[in-house]
Amino acid sequence: MTEDEIRVRVIQTLSGIVPELDPGVLKPAVSLRDQLDIDSMDFLNFLIALHQEFGVDVPEADAGKLATVDACVAYLAQALRKRTQA
Amino acid sequence: MPRLGADMTSGKVVAWLKRPGERIQRGDIIAIVETDKANVDVESFIEGVLEKILVQPGDEWLLVGTPLALIRAEAGTEPAGPALAPPPAPLPQTAVRAVAVPAALAPTVAAPAALPPTAAAGERARVSPAARKRALELRLDPAALAGTGPQGRVTLADVERAAQGVERTAQGAEWPARGVEWPAQGAAAQAAPADTSAARQLRMRVAIAGAMARSKREIPHYYLACTIDLGRALAWLTERNAGRAVTERLIYAVLLIKAAALALREVPELNGFWIDNRAQQSEAIHAGIAISLRGGGLVAPALRHADQQPLDDLMRGFQDLVKRARAGSLKSSEVTDPTVTITSLGERGVDSVFGIITPPQLALVGFGTPLERPWVVAGQVVPRPLLMATLSGDHRATDGHRGALFLAAVDRLLQQPEGL
Repeated sequence: MTEDEIRVRVIQTLSGIVPELDPGVLKPAVSLRDQLDIDSMDFLNFLIALHQEFGVDVPEADAGKLATVDACVAYLAQALRKRTQA
Repeated sequence: MPRLGADMTSGKVVAWLKRPGERIQRGDIIAIVETDKANVDVESFIEGVLEKILVQPGDEWLLVGTPLALIRAEAGTEPAGPALAPPPAPLPQTAVRAVAVPAALAPTVAAPAALPPTAAAGERARVSPAARKRALELRLDPAALAGTGPQGRVTLADVERAAQGVERTAQGAEWPARGVEWPAQGAAAQAAPADTSAARQLRMRVAIAGAMARSKREIPHYYLACTIDLGRALAWLTERNAGRAVTERLIYAVLLIKAAALALREVPELNGFWIDNRAQQSEAIHAGIAISLRGGGLVAPALRHADQQPLDDLMRGFQDLVKRARAGSLKSSEVTDPTVTITSLGERGVDSVFGIITPPQLALVGFGTPLERPWVVAGQVVPRPLLMATLSGDHRATDGHRGALFLAAVDRLLQQPEGL
């Protein structure tokens, strides 16, 4: 999966949590919590949805590494690469 | 038309899920009713046979208490009639006759009325018929208005004045009107606007305005605050979540809910309702969880028996409740059952929240944001995650001393998270 494909699916997943999300306005490097008014319940649901979408279970200790769209893409790309190599 | 929450004055039948002749068990969902806040699955709390549907699904807003259907209780079952809350509105003649005739054979009741009545018996006499009619048009609760007529009777003029008050509230800056456009003067009180998102927002604001204004008018609040060191609880939570799949993790709000529910067992006089000029404690602890809705407004449906549920179950219930609240689909028991409200404004940086009690409840528990701050532990200043817990209590029912015991219990319980 290319990073662009991952990005599209991350934003789609996010839309499931934040229905009013406008992908055109979403800033890829700004914290999701700050720009989308999501709380910890929303964020956990986002991680659950990413797990369903990508099959990647983000450990609790890594949750902070998924603060922005860019960070999500980088994290997932690496996780998917590791899985392919394994 | 059941009262699905203290702020509901009228509702609309969206659909019937049972047909005449069908058997109905307690807890069966018999209809979907639209309120100002959500589409609510109305559960029957009696058993019997659905005899007749009196109101077809449609656009008409019906006052709480309007009979929607007749359910014939089965012979041999407990008569359900006397257990029902008296409807706050007069029954139409046809319904009264329909109830009266079969009553000799088996009790037939208009179903369902919910929530404890919010006003004393004899209420009806204190609202003039013209005032009641106009209040329905304006979607106000006539029983909640201050009457200036003889013996405090609510008159047409009182209703009109209250409607203007709603308009002023709607135009004031006190509501966080995120993205909501208020209509021009006068429109706020007009009957049932078209079902657009903005209209729904407006109806929700009017519903919240009614309940909150009534609370501040009637309930003498007292407020207490207590700083809680959340370090132990958060460390325990991190450790517990560490090895778990994302679907099995807990968020700290669940610990707060459980601790508050357990503390209510110790100070039960904060859990229940103020009805008929006295406090009525509830044995069950159903925590109404304030859930903010995207686009503005909030609902506070119940996590039932919050004190008895293991944390994992509570977490699943909480997730499900938030999901359905935001999708606008709740069950009638969830909106009518809360015996206390818990609100957490955590995560947005506020230190504390001193909430307005949801009438006719007796208390509201508030939690602020846990933040690292200097704290003295064993003579040393150390950084600790501190959380401000607050209690808004109804001074008619309890005094500050009991409230203080409650907050102390919440603190103590959060120091032993493994026991939650």
